[in-house]
Amino acid sequence: MLILECPYCGVKAEETELTPGYEAHLKRFGPGSSDTEFEDYMFARKNPKGVHFERWRHVYGCGKWFLAARDTNTLEVFGTYPAQSSAPPADLQDKIKAKRPDWKGYK
Amino acid sequence: MKRYSVFAIAKQALNYHLGWERAWAAPAPKKHYDVIIVGAGGHGLATAYYLGKNFGITNVAIIEKGWLGGGNTGRNTTIIRSNYLQDPSAAIYEKARSLYETMSQDLNYNVMFSPRGLLMLGQTHHEVRGYLRTVHANNMQGVATEWISPQRVKELVPIINIDGPRYPILGALYQARGGTARHDAVAWGYARACSDMGMDIIQQCEVKGVTSEAGVVTGVETTKGFIGCKKLGVVVAGHSGQVAEMAGFRLPIEAVALQAMVSEPIKPCMDVVVMANTVHGYMSQSDKGEMVIGGGTDGFNNFTQRGSFHHIEETLRALIETFPMISRLKMLRQWGGIVDMTGDRSPIISKTPLGNCFINCGWGTGGFKAIPGSGWAMAELMAKGEPGALAEAFNMWRFKEGQFIDESVAAGVAH
Repeated sequence: MLILECPYCGVKAEETELTPGYEAHLKRFGPGSSDTEFEDYMFARKNPKGVHFERWRHVYGCGKWFLAARDTNTLEVFGTYPAQSSAPPADLQDKIKAKRPDWKGYK
Repeated sequence: MKRYSVFAIAKQALNYHLGWERAWAAPAPKKHYDVIIVGAGGHGLATAYYLGKNFGITNVAIIEKGWLGGGNTGRNTTIIRSNYLQDPSAAIYEKARSLYETMSQDLNYNVMFSPRGLLMLGQTHHEVRGYLRTVHANNMQGVATEWISPQRVKELVPIINIDGPRYPILGALYQARGGTARHDAVAWGYARACSDMGMDIIQQCEVKGVTSEAGVVTGVETTKGFIGCKKLGVVVAGHSGQVAEMAGFRLPIEAVALQAMVSEPIKPCMDVVVMANTVHGYMSQSDKGEMVIGGGTDGFNNFTQRGSFHHIEETLRALIETFPMISRLKMLRQWGGIVDMTGDRSPIISKTPLGNCFINCGWGTGGFKAIPGSGWAMAELMAKGEPGALAEAFNMWRFKEGQFIDESVAAGVAH
């Protein structure tokens, strides 16, 4: 069972309380961008087997979107952070590095 | 290869069944092959089989990280149908379904294809309109489906509750020649036929890297050393993204878990396949008597081959309303597989940015039914270097061009 702590209301929410929103930190491309950029934004996904950053919504709680760092291969949760972040917080990245020395880092 | 037949059984019976040979060989890899297929699941083995049968290419290795047919080929709910909305989908799935009809004879291996009939229930007016549209499209495509009344549904499936309360049955899309097959036997049958043609099936051999020279593939680094090849076919379902990364390109794919389960075996009570997409559940009865049940995917990336518990609950809750008698059944086993979902929920059978490297992936939640058609189309693509009519629309560049084969709308969820 997946349990994520909502960074806004502090509730340790179980999976049924949440809605998944797939990959986080996608850079948005719209009108005026190249076809490749738009395709990447729409369809290309990292889909890593390992450390992954995702969007989640605390839908049956405070209703807010937040971001989570998770291992897709073990279902371990590293931490959650507010949706207004353009990159994972440095301390969270350090924590992941400590636990997964092979991790190539966030890019 | 010794042919399987009633006479062979009689002959072996006189000899305490000691004379059966292994169904396929377990050779050490050679240094070089004309074609390497990565992934010995149904799609990979079918690709190899049709490369040999249709194009005479038999210097082929099929390499597999785990064991043959141990991924999604051995984890699905074995449903076979071809009632798709879009023309390219209907063409390839109907090709597959028609190949299933004669597969046991072709492979001399009983795959227990059972065209018992398949129902997709219409439980909302929206769904009814969608399925009527599919029936009309199928008539144009030459796929035999029809729309049937709730009363006919009740006749075909006496255990069904057509009166609701939440979602009464308003009718169903019926494909009389849809059904099920024995999933392991499909992989085993293809493997035996491939091995008989002189192809090497190399199990427990994981691909660690893809090597290339001047933009053309030259071989694969594996846990059993380097193996060279002229052409490479990547047919690895859930791990397509990982192998594509080794080959230096990206795919529009996300891997999620899909679960299925079987109940304790009971006496025969349902001789058709029933899919209820509004409530996310589908069910058939296996020859052993188990009710085979599948549901929707989990909503997040996952490589663990196990899914979330609440999805099991949702699936069963929905099915119990439609089939009240299963409320007393104990569930015997539950398992998960990693499915590779594309943006339009249609597969990719395509050339890739790497020369002589081809990919067949993205079958998502509905790959088993497509195995022979997928292998047929992939073999043509690999042999000729260009896609044939079946594979053409499924190229990986359709996402850039916006030429989607949009089955996510057409098929609902179960697919």
